[in-house]
Amino acid sequence: MKAASASPTNHSPLLRRKQGFGYYLQRDWQLYLLVMLPLAFVIVFKYLPMTGLVIAFKDYKIARGFWGSEWAGMQVFQDLFAKPDFIRAVRNTLLLNVLDLCFSFTMPIVLALLLNEIKSIRFKRINQTVLYLPHFLSWVIIGAIAYQLLSEGGGVVNNLIELMGGTRIPFLQQDTNWLISYLVIGVWQSMGWGTIIYLAAMSGINPEMYEAATVDGAGRWRKVWNITLPSIRATIVTLLIMALGKVMDGSFERIYALQNKATTEFTTTIPVLVYRWGIESGNFSRATAIGLFQSVIGIILVISADRVAKKLGEDGIL
Amino acid sequence: MKAIAGGSAAPNKARIDIWESLIRLVIVIISLICLLPFIHVVSKSLSSDSFVIANKVFLWPQGFTIEAYRKIFADASILRSLYITIIVTVLFTILGMILTICAAYPLSRAQFKGRRVITFIFLFTMYFSGGIIPDYMNINNLGLMDTIWSLVLPLSFSAFNLLIMKTSLTSGIPVSLEESARIDGAGHFRILFSIVLPLSKPIMATLALFYAVGRWNAYQDALFYIKHEISLRPLQLKLYYLVIQASESFQLEASQVQLSNPEVLKASVVVFATLPILCVYPFVQKYFVQGVMLGAVKE
Repeated sequence: MKAASASPTNHSPLLRRKQGFGYYLQRDWQLYLLVMLPLAFVIVFKYLPMTGLVIAFKDYKIARGFWGSEWAGMQVFQDLFAKPDFIRAVRNTLLLNVLDLCFSFTMPIVLALLLNEIKSIRFKRINQTVLYLPHFLSWVIIGAIAYQLLSEGGGVVNNLIELMGGTRIPFLQQDTNWLISYLVIGVWQSMGWGTIIYLAAMSGINPEMYEAATVDGAGRWRKVWNITLPSIRATIVTLLIMALGKVMDGSFERIYALQNKATTEFTTTIPVLVYRWGIESGNFSRATAIGLFQSVIGIILVISADRVAKKLGEDGIL
Repeated sequence: MKAIAGGSAAPNKARIDIWESLIRLVIVIISLICLLPFIHVVSKSLSSDSFVIANKVFLWPQGFTIEAYRKIFADASILRSLYITIIVTVLFTILGMILTICAAYPLSRAQFKGRRVITFIFLFTMYFSGGIIPDYMNINNLGLMDTIWSLVLPLSFSAFNLLIMKTSLTSGIPVSLEESARIDGAGHFRILFSIVLPLSKPIMATLALFYAVGRWNAYQDALFYIKHEISLRPLQLKLYYLVIQASESFQLEASQVQLSNPEVLKASVVVFATLPILCVYPFVQKYFVQGVMLGAVKE
């Protein structure tokens, strides 16, 4: 019985050395056939566009087409780096993402620690359902709700402030206020959802550790500091490194749904500039160049983040 | 011994209760912050104009009326956007699932030669892409501009979902089960349809939801690709123009009186667009949580 079941598995390693690719193609043609379809999609919709990156090095004219346009060398990039808008977009992208990291990254940890202290499963579940909700809304809806709540003229928050005798605050119509609102809305949207991974890591902690700490006279705070936090350290480090790898990214949808004409100082980020230069004004070469600049920095950051993670003994991301 | 334990436990327990209540209070406050904005918008959408203009609506409708909703259901362009969104979401989800399964099943088989290379081809797209403009020009060259296919096809392959599916297939399907099927003479198609897919229903439900909600909520690609065919605008894009840019006015019936204040109408459109998500949310939430956990487990 044992020999019979072992024979097919023993069979293939012996053959493997001698067979060429044609053998596997014939044996597993169904697998190759299946993978063709997604492969075709990836090639057409992900890899084919990458060839379009060459226009970052060309003086692209729609009339002359993709290949007919003249090569421009690094001229497009030189022009790009000289643009004040470019400097501002890079600054804003980094600023918004780093600030986002400070708040949107830390708040889920705090909230997860709080939720972990709750013993009643029912209480936890009801609150988690509500806390996860904002994650499921589109940025358009969140933007619309934000204006309903925070606008200067009729926003309910300002109505309350006025009722309590304060003066109305232009939360979304003034540069610094907009920045703060942008961050707060980001925390609001992602805080609950971000707790999931931490809560999962916390549920894996051996309860005996807490019991032993209680016997030793450790208080609640002490247990959080000396048991819970060290236990989720690996998770925090991994997620932090992944987040650091993304500081050059930027959600176009989030910023575009929250921006308005009154504030432009912080809303010009790289994706917004790509949209404005490329799709709105038709300057494809320059818009592609700034997109490529972002992608290259992005992939360098991801690779370095992965290296750092592996050096620290955590799981990498690649 | 017993007496000592009891004596030290009593004050300790009292202290814990205070802390626990405090923590509960903080959590309830945070939950309310997540919930109250909706309640306000819903209240506003059900209030009459005069109360909204006077800034008197907080968490309960004032001067209850469903007039705004009546107007939305009379507005053909909004209903059309909803219809477009539903069509696009359904097509996108079906296609996305087909692509994910077609990629994940071969890549989860150990005997599949070339699997490392193909996996790399797929996963590389997670970290590097042509970017907005090359994608835009590609869609243009393929002649997909201003068609619903520009919203269905390009994003339907998701490397992230593939990774989740592959992980689930590798770890979730017992190898012995598949081997016995092979000994019985079943080919790959047969194994896929009779064994692998029926066993993967939960993960398929999760991924289908990821695809569907992602598509339902996205508006960036529609903003880029649906430019002239206004009738093809999905709901989120319609909402963007109506509420955020406010560049488009509601197509009110000629006989109806022009609203003096669009705020009520805006609020009701927001509720209208959120309602489908809110209706399915309680049922699908647990699948999403599972999906996040699977996504966190790498390869």
